[in-house]
Amino acid sequence: MQSKFSHYAARVIGLGRKGCDVVEALGRATVFLAQSAVGVPSREGWSLWLRQMHFVGVLSLAIVLVSGLFIGMVLALQGYTILVDFGAEQALGQMVALSLLRELAPVVAALLFAGRAGSALTAEIGLMKATEQLTSMEMIGVDPLRRVVAPRLWAGFVALPILTVGFSVVGIWGGYLVGVEWLGVFEGSYWSNMQASVSFIDDIGNGMIKSVVFALVVTWIAVFQGYDLVPTSEGISRATTRTVVYSSLAVLGLDFVLTAVMFGGL
Amino acid sequence: MFDNISKTLFFKLPALSRFILTRFGIEMKVNQHMTDVPFIQVEDIHFSRGDNDIFRGVSMIIPRGKVTAIMGPSGTGKTTLLKLIGGQLTPDRGRILIDGQDVHRLSRKALFALRKRMGMLFQSGALFSDLDVFENVAFPLRVHTDLPDTMIRDLVLLKLQAVGLRGARHLTPAELSGGMARRVALARAVALDPELILYDEPFVGQDPISMGVLVQLIKRLNQALSLTSVVVSHDIKETLSIADYLYLIADGQVVAHGSPSTLEVNQDPRVSQFMHGEPDGPVPFHYPAETLYRDILGHDLAIKAG
Amino acid sequence: MKRSKTMEFGVGLFMLAGIVGLVFLGLRVSGLTLSAPSDTFRLEANFANIGGLKPRARVTMAGVTVGRVEAIELDTEWYDARVTLSLNSELEGQLSQDTTAAILTAGLLGEQYIGLSVGGAPEMLQEGDVIRDTQSALVLEELIQQFVSNMVSN
Repeated sequence: MQSKFSHYAARVIGLGRKGCDVVEALGRATVFLAQSAVGVPSREGWSLWLRQMHFVGVLSLAIVLVSGLFIGMVLALQGYTILVDFGAEQALGQMVALSLLRELAPVVAALLFAGRAGSALTAEIGLMKATEQLTSMEMIGVDPLRRVVAPRLWAGFVALPILTVGFSVVGIWGGYLVGVEWLGVFEGSYWSNMQASVSFIDDIGNGMIKSVVFALVVTWIAVFQGYDLVPTSEGISRATTRTVVYSSLAVLGLDFVLTAVMFGGL
Repeated sequence: MFDNISKTLFFKLPALSRFILTRFGIEMKVNQHMTDVPFIQVEDIHFSRGDNDIFRGVSMIIPRGKVTAIMGPSGTGKTTLLKLIGGQLTPDRGRILIDGQDVHRLSRKALFALRKRMGMLFQSGALFSDLDVFENVAFPLRVHTDLPDTMIRDLVLLKLQAVGLRGARHLTPAELSGGMARRVALARAVALDPELILYDEPFVGQDPISMGVLVQLIKRLNQALSLTSVVVSHDIKETLSIADYLYLIADGQVVAHGSPSTLEVNQDPRVSQFMHGEPDGPVPFHYPAETLYRDILGHDLAIKAG
Repeated sequence: MKRSKTMEFGVGLFMLAGIVGLVFLGLRVSGLTLSAPSDTFRLEANFANIGGLKPRARVTMAGVTVGRVEAIELDTEWYDARVTLSLNSELEGQLSQDTTAAILTAGLLGEQYIGLSVGGAPEMLQEGDVIRDTQSALVLEELIQQFVSNMVSN
């Protein structure tokens, strides 16, 4: 009896310790974000940022555009088979554009970004930590938060919204290919129905706000996981996995909240 | 008029000559008269990680312009001690003074300013993997000085010449062998002509040739630049050949200190075990465990058997 | 240095592509026009029932889009719907006063829009005038109700 009680007590203690750890990590992450995001932009910082933009932005472009194309094509194909039953296949453009702009482009681009760029950021910073590069930078008198983390944070923050725009454009074009060129929806109604129903502020603007929020969260998680990991090879692989898992969950959860606020009439 | 110029020249001369000599790879000895003043004072440091006490009251005095070695078995926190001196970790109790400044009470800015006067050689070399050899050595110069590119080039080539790797300046760190990486790291550590260099296990994992090269380099650098050097190591032979003074740590405390020759003949079993590399002694060969007899027979059987 | 130049070029292209993409979304997808608001003039029309008409719906004439529905509000004097239309300014002074406005539906279930057809009166509609002759939206339920009551009375 006694041992059973103490067994449960130990469980409760374990839960409490876990809770404390989580709160502590959140606190550390917040301080980390604040310390890295501020900083005087210099010429040096500009070129570091440029290098990271190349790495997280330009090099992620291919995967994002190809995915966008296929998702637009699938949307058009699926949408057509449903809409044609109601004789409403002219509304295909509207359906493709709204699904992409409001939901799919911000979310899928963020998920791809987390897998392609986020995990690489974590691994890269983690490797720099494991090989003492961050420590040696500190000993040289250079703050690694400014030098290593900040350019990556800002590059991710700028790159993902651009990738999201690319995703939408290519997706709408993919929908056009399948809907108009292949299934024979009238081209005029594809574009005009789209134009009649898509609002620049409400749909494109809100989609971009989502994308900016996701960009911040995904990049933040990625660089923090890299900076905070246990500097061993096992630690790096775990942190990389954590980056993808946490940022995917955060993107999907936040997407629901943002959708409810933006389109849910709250 | 003339008087004025000559006066200025006179006062500027030491700085000027040092500058010129530096450019030709010849270093002047400075602060010679202050050799006996301790550069680093470690006072009663306590440090623990989790439930694990690493230091329980460590005190040391590291004199200016000498090579001081900190030795001890693996896992005694020698690297931790260097990180404490560098201000990357904060002790639970006690303080560390460098040139009179309490490292852990400095503002972030002052700490970074102090670090400009230190160089640190890491166990792994810790070269920046996204920069080539030249840029690695140029890194401290670029961030801390406004020197023109041509002068940075000259300085970097001189530092690389000193470690014998001027020809390897275009290689990336991934293309270097372990010994070369450590030499480049050494060139980077001395790029700003620091007053203090901390060496973290400089000899670990080196083949005999590069080990010899490193020993020579550390010795020469210390004499040429009149640096204060702190070497953390457990390679007895090499360390003894360059150290002026030794501290031996074990179990979170300083067990002995003195010049190499006095420690060599120290009768304390803990000291002699380490100095002569005996496998068993006060530092046991076996990790604490039950007796082998009990472990194999099982507890109950062992009791029955008496 | 050369390598860094190509990288800068790549990043520049990347950001340019982002801007071009956003412009494409704005112009082609959401149908933003760059024309200034002074290029339109306003008319009002009262409908007994607008059905599913929404702001930003098209206003057409002989099938050609000539403007958009700008606002819809309830007129508390007659308790009908007051719809504000904004039309191309080329049409200002070209529409006769007995022009009719009807709410039409694209297909059976499609969106609703306003169709204008010109009359023959000599006076022309000016900025802010009201179209008198309007035809309300076709409401499916009302049609069915009429049909059923006709059947019963027969």
